[in-house]
Amino acid sequence: MKAKRYVFPLLMAAVVSAVFAVDNQVGRNALSITGSSFLEMLSVIPPIFILLGLLDVWIPREKITKHLGEESGIKGISLSFLLGAAAAGPLYGAFPIAAVFMKKGVKFSNVLIFVGAWSTTKIPMFMFEMGSLGAGFALLRLAINIPGILLMAIILERITGKESIDAICAQAASISE
Amino acid sequence: MTVYSIVIYFITGSLLVISLIASRKKTLMALEKAWRSFEGILPELIAILLFVGLLIALLNPETISQLLGESSGVWGLLIASVVGSITLIPGFVAFPTAAMLLNNGAGITQIALFISTLMMVGVVTFPVEKKYFGTKLTIVRNVVAFGFSFIVAGLMGVVLG
Repeated sequence: MKAKRYVFPLLMAAVVSAVFAVDNQVGRNALSITGSSFLEMLSVIPPIFILLGLLDVWIPREKITKHLGEESGIKGISLSFLLGAAAAGPLYGAFPIAAVFMKKGVKFSNVLIFVGAWSTTKIPMFMFEMGSLGAGFALLRLAINIPGILLMAIILERITGKESIDAICAQAASISE
Repeated sequence: MTVYSIVIYFITGSLLVISLIASRKKTLMALEKAWRSFEGILPELIAILLFVGLLIALLNPETISQLLGESSGVWGLLIASVVGSITLIPGFVAFPTAAMLLNNGAGITQIALFISTLMMVGVVTFPVEKKYFGTKLTIVRNVVAFGFSFIVAGLMGVVLG
């Protein structure tokens, strides 16, 4: 059944080839954009997965629970924020990490804060944003996003509910097994 | 980006060596897990990257600048948020692009909305996110992030506009 999962990307490749046949220039542009996204992916995603594997094998659950778990309070919130902000790479890189966090007993709202911080307050990207759009733009966006991420984490946790959260954590644990 | 990537590869490599010295068995286990998780999202990832490349190649920058102009109103906001939500553009491409669009006459609220939805909302990455968060939370997270992006853009438009 493994090969079946590759039907979708092969179909997509066929569409791109068809566009190539119709309009060579558009096809070329499309491939060059795909190429640069692919390079971005390779520049961070493989080491992230290896770090995750190492974290899963070496760091015991109790240690993570202590710093990021149910009882971790403000320290856990700040740490989740910093971990997300220190990241680089596209948002989909955050999801596998979130899964291992859930498996290791990280508080659910902290997982959401981590994902939120990863999505929009990444420190390396912030430097780049300042350079392109100016300090005013970047700082104001950051100032609005920090409380926004916390608020969204609380809202999402409420909406999802305890039962669904448990189901999601169980599912996440089975993925990263 | 490249510096960061060198740093992360270097750290990963060093930790891997330390792990290998400490326990060969555990290190192999870690690598096996790493590969399995990576392979788990690879097919979706390839399809997504191909799709986004095509989408962006079909949109041209002059048209976008016009559509997102200062006076483009509700339509401009709608387009900015939809394009930002659907596409997946690396930050080091997105920020210079946004700066270029601003110079070509796009409005600050529209650009802030585009940047914010681009980073927080992921329509094309839905199949990947769903695997980890389930369908319900994935939908809710994206909808909430979409709404929040309008707040960010509104505030930024008022302060900087």
